[in-house]
Amino acid sequence: MLNVKDVYKSYRKGGLIFSETHQIIKNVSFTCHAGECLGIIGESGSGKSTLGRLILGIEKPDSGTVLLNGQNMADRRVRAGNISAVFQDYKSSINPFYTVKDAIMEPMKRKNKTGKDGLRKIDQLLIQVGLDPSYKDRYPHELSGGEVQRVCIARAISTGPNYILLDEAISSLDVSVQTQILDLLKELKRIYNMSYVFITHDIQAAAYICDRVLIFKDGQIEELVDIDELKDVQSAYAKELFQSIISF
Amino acid sequence: MKMLLNLRQDKIGFLSSIVIFVTIMLGVFAPFFAPHDPNQVNMSLRYAPSSMEYLLGNDHLGRCILSRLIIGIRPSVLWVLAALGVSVLIGAALGFLAGYFRGKIDTVIMRMCDTMLSFPGYVMALAIIGVLGVGLQNILIAFILIKWAWFARIIRTSVLQYAELDYVKFAKAPGIKDLQIIYKHLFPLTFSDIAVIASSSMGSMILQISGFSFLGLGIQAPNAEWGMMLNEAREVMFTRPELMLAPGLAIVIVVSAFNFLSDSLQVALNPALSTGQKRSKQESLSTEKKEVLMK
Ligand SMILES: Nc1ncnc2c1ncn2[C@@H]1O[C@H](COP(=O)(O)OP(=O)(O)OP(=O)(O)O)[C@@H](O)[C@H]1O
Ligand SMILES: [Mg+2]
Repeated sequence: MLNVKDVYKSYRKGGLIFSETHQIIKNVSFTCHAGECLGIIGESGSGKSTLGRLILGIEKPDSGTVLLNGQNMADRRVRAGNISAVFQDYKSSINPFYTVKDAIMEPMKRKNKTGKDGLRKIDQLLIQVGLDPSYKDRYPHELSGGEVQRVCIARAISTGPNYILLDEAISSLDVSVQTQILDLLKELKRIYNMSYVFITHDIQAAAYICDRVLIFKDGQIEELVDIDELKDVQSAYAKELFQSIISF
Repeated sequence: MKMLLNLRQDKIGFLSSIVIFVTIMLGVFAPFFAPHDPNQVNMSLRYAPSSMEYLLGNDHLGRCILSRLIIGIRPSVLWVLAALGVSVLIGAALGFLAGYFRGKIDTVIMRMCDTMLSFPGYVMALAIIGVLGVGLQNILIAFILIKWAWFARIIRTSVLQYAELDYVKFAKAPGIKDLQIIYKHLFPLTFSDIAVIASSSMGSMILQISGFSFLGLGIQAPNAEWGMMLNEAREVMFTRPELMLAPGLAIVIVVSAFNFLSDSLQVALNPALSTGQKRSKQESLSTEKKEVLMK
């Protein structure tokens, strides 16, 4: 169970002397249950990615805690192998000096799963995400955006994590590829019984894959709704948000 | 290994690395390669033209120019290389610390760099020579003191640019250690930047050392150094201009070799650039074949 509790985060802007702090995340608390897909929807600049980095434990909240099964996510031993991520920008999500094999191998190394077994696992993962095993010696610049994203998904599931954070993971792809990736994610979730934290600004994508969505505005939670009750949200902001795409 | 293979395909890069390698070897084993004692005066051979025994002729004291050129590699190239290495190491260590961890460390290191960089390089070198005295060693110390700040700044900027990339974030998420991230993900990318600035400042440092020796502040007579040989040749510049040729050309060749190598390294170190070239060559070949077959 992923527990975010009373989290605040601010960034300092400006120089040494004249600096002002910008409160980006304000008093955010929610829970993501095992096996659940929790969507986080909000407009650009609302602090979704910042919240994502806090969940991943790569930045520390000013106050409040992020707990994974009761243990603090800030501790790298808690994170190791249990949480993983897929990011938006496929151009920078794989080290340009790494082949596909090296990239997938990276998180696996921590679990000492290298050698022959590791290679077989890589082939298996690549097939699972719909790529030919021969892709493993390619460099990222030799792949299309959708293929890179598939490699990133393979890399994310390679350690069998309980939680995967997907930060706009499909936003830079075209619509048909988006659906393919969403289907892939659904399929993988069913097989491995993982939980997703799915950050997006695309309500349709969220509606397609998520069990619950968290509507996020100016660093605060506006509303948390089940996907079935998406039509009758309470808050004004959420209503407005859905009004704009009511056509679907 | 792959990098060396890439470099071999690039003719200029390959040639430059051979020139540099040979120069370094000649310098390291200078006493073996020098045909004569570089400091042996022989007034009867004053300004002698090149001969079988003295391939590049003799200077105003009848010393063998070739031998002096070879011995001169040590101060002019090897010691400069060592000073460069030390300043790049200091600069890289501080640059990575500042760029990767940010925050207070960054502020402290950068203010230190600003302080160092606010003195003009030559003035700083002259001041250090004024305090420590004339000599190659002190010039090298001055170089290290001036250059590290400059390297730290550039490397920090380079690190900053890469440290925010998604794959670095991805590596942080499952808790891969900072040192490992720096080594695996940041170092290869910044390495091409480091190699390029290091090799281009190698050129300028060789020229500066020669400049200081030319002014008589560097290595002291009778020891050979390329800049000093130029200085000695200057006195007879109009009557015997050929004496300037050997040290002048040596400086130009080595400096250009370092500059060309830095360009080639940039391409060779980047898989996107190097494999892209190979691929497109293969593709164009295969399309040519297809065209031939169509006929
Ligand atoms: N490292 C940082 N330093 C300072 N300010 C930051 C930093 N990261 C984010 N911010 C600020 O935090 C705010 C929220 O950014 P964030 O990236 O979380 O938005 P987002 O909701 O993910 O937007 P988008 O949908 O465009 O990705 C922005 O105003 C941004 O300027
Ligand atoms: Mg974002």
